[in-house]
Amino acid sequence: MPYIPHTPDQQRQMLEVIGLGAMDELFQDVPGSLRATSFDLPPGKSEMEVFSFIRQLSWRNSTGLKSFLGAGFYDHYIPAAAPAIVSRSEFYTAYTPYQAEASQGSLQALFEYQSAMCRLLDMEYSNASVYDGGTAIYEAMMMAVRHTRRRKIIISGDLSPIYQHMLKCYTKNLRLELIIIDQSSGLPVMDSLTSALDHDCAALIVQNPNFFGNIYDYAPIFARCRDLSIVSIISVYPLLQSILKTPGQMGADIAVAEGQCLGLPLNFGGPYLGIMTCAGHLIRQMPGRIVGKTRDSEGKEGYVLTLQAREQHIRREKATSNICSNQSLCALQALAYVCLAGPEGLQSTARKCVELAHYAAEKLTAVEGVALLNHAPFGNEFALSLPMNAYELIGELVQKGFVPGFPLGRYYQGMDNCLLMACTEKITRQDIGVLAELIRGMVRGD
Amino acid sequence: MKTIFDHSVPGRVSPHQQKTETDSDGYIPKELGRSTTPDLPRVGELDVVRHFTRLSRLNFGVDSNFYPLGSCTMKYNPKFMEQAAALHGFTDLHPLLPQLKGAGLYTQGALQVIYELEDLLCRITGMDAYTLQPMAGAHGELTGAMLMAAYHKNKGNDKTALIVPDSAHGTNPSSAAIAGYDVLTVKSRDGIIDPAAIREVLDRRVAGIMMTCPNTLGLFETHLSEIVDLIHSVDGLLYYDGANLNAILGRMLPGEAGFDVVHLNLHKTFGTPHGSGGPGSGPVGVNKKLEPFLPVSRVVRLEDGQFFLKYDYPDSIGYIAPFYGNFGVMLKAYAYILRLGREGLLRVSENAVLSANYLRKRLEDHLHIPYNRMCMHEFVASAVRQARKGVRAVDIAKALLDKGHYAPTVYFPLIVKECLMIEPTETESKETLDTFIDDLVDILVRVESDPEEIRRSPRSTPVSRLDEVLAARSMQLCT
Repeated sequence: MPYIPHTPDQQRQMLEVIGLGAMDELFQDVPGSLRATSFDLPPGKSEMEVFSFIRQLSWRNSTGLKSFLGAGFYDHYIPAAAPAIVSRSEFYTAYTPYQAEASQGSLQALFEYQSAMCRLLDMEYSNASVYDGGTAIYEAMMMAVRHTRRRKIIISGDLSPIYQHMLKCYTKNLRLELIIIDQSSGLPVMDSLTSALDHDCAALIVQNPNFFGNIYDYAPIFARCRDLSIVSIISVYPLLQSILKTPGQMGADIAVAEGQCLGLPLNFGGPYLGIMTCAGHLIRQMPGRIVGKTRDSEGKEGYVLTLQAREQHIRREKATSNICSNQSLCALQALAYVCLAGPEGLQSTARKCVELAHYAAEKLTAVEGVALLNHAPFGNEFALSLPMNAYELIGELVQKGFVPGFPLGRYYQGMDNCLLMACTEKITRQDIGVLAELIRGMVRGD
Repeated sequence: MKTIFDHSVPGRVSPHQQKTETDSDGYIPKELGRSTTPDLPRVGELDVVRHFTRLSRLNFGVDSNFYPLGSCTMKYNPKFMEQAAALHGFTDLHPLLPQLKGAGLYTQGALQVIYELEDLLCRITGMDAYTLQPMAGAHGELTGAMLMAAYHKNKGNDKTALIVPDSAHGTNPSSAAIAGYDVLTVKSRDGIIDPAAIREVLDRRVAGIMMTCPNTLGLFETHLSEIVDLIHSVDGLLYYDGANLNAILGRMLPGEAGFDVVHLNLHKTFGTPHGSGGPGSGPVGVNKKLEPFLPVSRVVRLEDGQFFLKYDYPDSIGYIAPFYGNFGVMLKAYAYILRLGREGLLRVSENAVLSANYLRKRLEDHLHIPYNRMCMHEFVASAVRQARKGVRAVDIAKALLDKGHYAPTVYFPLIVKECLMIEPTETESKETLDTFIDDLVDILVRVESDPEEIRRSPRSTPVSRLDEVLAARSMQLCT
């Protein structure tokens, strides 16, 4: 049998040591009435057969499309060294570093990851990751609820609607009041957000750039939060964060992010990386693993999992979260990406994407009837209003090898003619030119 | 060892910089821009590769060391699965593609993987439907508990509490609490759940029970049928924590045994790597009673054989993940199940149980084994005798590191003092098990002659015993 090394002789010897006569007797504790009546699975296959079958499946997915699809998940170039580093099996075949002395590699790498995230987001503390950007927002919200002992949450409507759905799902049984401040046109609704804040609020949740790609300064509203002892939570796009005003500068209490853009492939939705950072006063509310620096019995520096009194295996039902396995290997890959790019590499990639997006916006708005949805500043993603249904337009263009973006009508009422378009460094000006011509042709009804 | 930040040299340029065509700073108004460059390492590619290669060599992993970490099922991770999961036809796929008009056609291979893996898991566990969205075991537990809550709400049941035995996984009580339930802990008797203890707490407000079977002591819950009847008698639901499924693959199907909800750990039972602590994958299976409540989206197969995503489930609990779960991990588990097939999976449970019992019998004269009877895939030993000499479970664990073995799980489950939870898995050879036994026995002999020496271990690891109290007090969590 594949991967099972015992020979029949060895099995007999081992059974003899145990005092049994046959392998079947190993299951003597499983009552007859509970035994499986069937185990209807296909027979095993050789490695070659399985691999070639899965490769054939992969050919049924097309990856040759020119894509302007983002909506929070971006197709950035990944330097070859990033996956090469995490393919070291000492990293990927280890587990959560419970035995610190035999896990210094993972522990130091996670410590460096925490440090890199704190520096990128300009916050005091980071944990060692949670599942994804959505669970990071949920966990941040729960930190706020525990910290303030309040139950009302104000959510800006331009937070990713995917994450809004997740928050609604997670809080169904928790007697929390989620208030989503509607937005229209992706324009800022600072006034409505500010007027919704009061002494009953645990948290304010915003996103920068928001789902529509627009960039804001949340410093004034975070200051208002501070006055009312409300925890301010911001979800950011970490690659762009290298050139945008930081959560720290804005005075955020908790900054979270989906870390996929930092060197992780799109991979049809995962594994991704939930980045969580916070201000100093909230560290004991932080969920999940945290690595800390310490010394060994001879005074040498080393690393351990720390502040474990917060965690599920110690505090059981009173833990800050139930999270156990997180996304360590993804955190390591993100760290490798950040190091390979360096600060200037991150910034130049971010600028390149922003530049391309502005070029695309210029080219596309030159098409008659196409306009920017709003005139707020944007980064590498922007919303267009079209003279036609966006979902239908995408359907047409996909057949021509282009995915022009995401149809905003999927999540926002009254936005059926709106298209969300993203650029990464993988897009060329030529791609943009061709797409603009295709859209021009469709608008004209060619 | 130096951190990557210590290797930074001002002015050193990354080879991964992009050229822009214009002065692109102008696109972001100054007041919205970052005032300082982030203080991240300026290092060359070789610096990065060498630094992380050096770090990797400070780690024990399954590829380099025996890893008998109880309840974690640290089996060998076959290499071809990594190769399959790295195929660009999968890694390059944007998760929103199938939600766009006409683009679903371009993701048929990926949707087929999800659809067929769900089907295989149904067959392996006797359940009727699966969601692959939960991204780890604990996430699966939470999803399962939320499904139970949705079921009761839908039926108008006023349920407020979940029973969690003291031998269950540490994440269970926490998951139940997050799903909004009070936790009723029941004490086990003789290492397993005592139906009488269930009866004591059982009333109309009990929503169900979260069970691990075999439990964290490695013992099969022999009163399972009685517990199933008891819980169902108040319209409660039974939750199967699949952390220990490796023990019973093909021997008992949780669905047939009476469980209503199951979560699996693909990174335990189905050979996907643990990644230093994730990414994992924690699919949740349900029977017909709970199927309407599964998270959206779900992959369905149309009559023409095409796969597509369906969102129209009015009773669904909603979105527990942004998309379809840790797809890259699922792909590996799918490859693993196809490779092993029916016979292979049956041999997994059999040999996992064989190896655990072999270790137990060979060690019973040297270590106290509180429930010393047939175990399943793991067993719990206790260092209480050694503790009288001043050598605790943790000291034995550290001494094992010096012998080149990772340590068993220590101090869990909480119900056994000074415990060492040992799970060898089916992929370790008898030679490895014998070496482990000899090394452990040698340590236990030396506990008698020189306990101080054992307490000073580990000596051969990159660092000696680390001060956890200092770490918590000094709070140096970043540099």
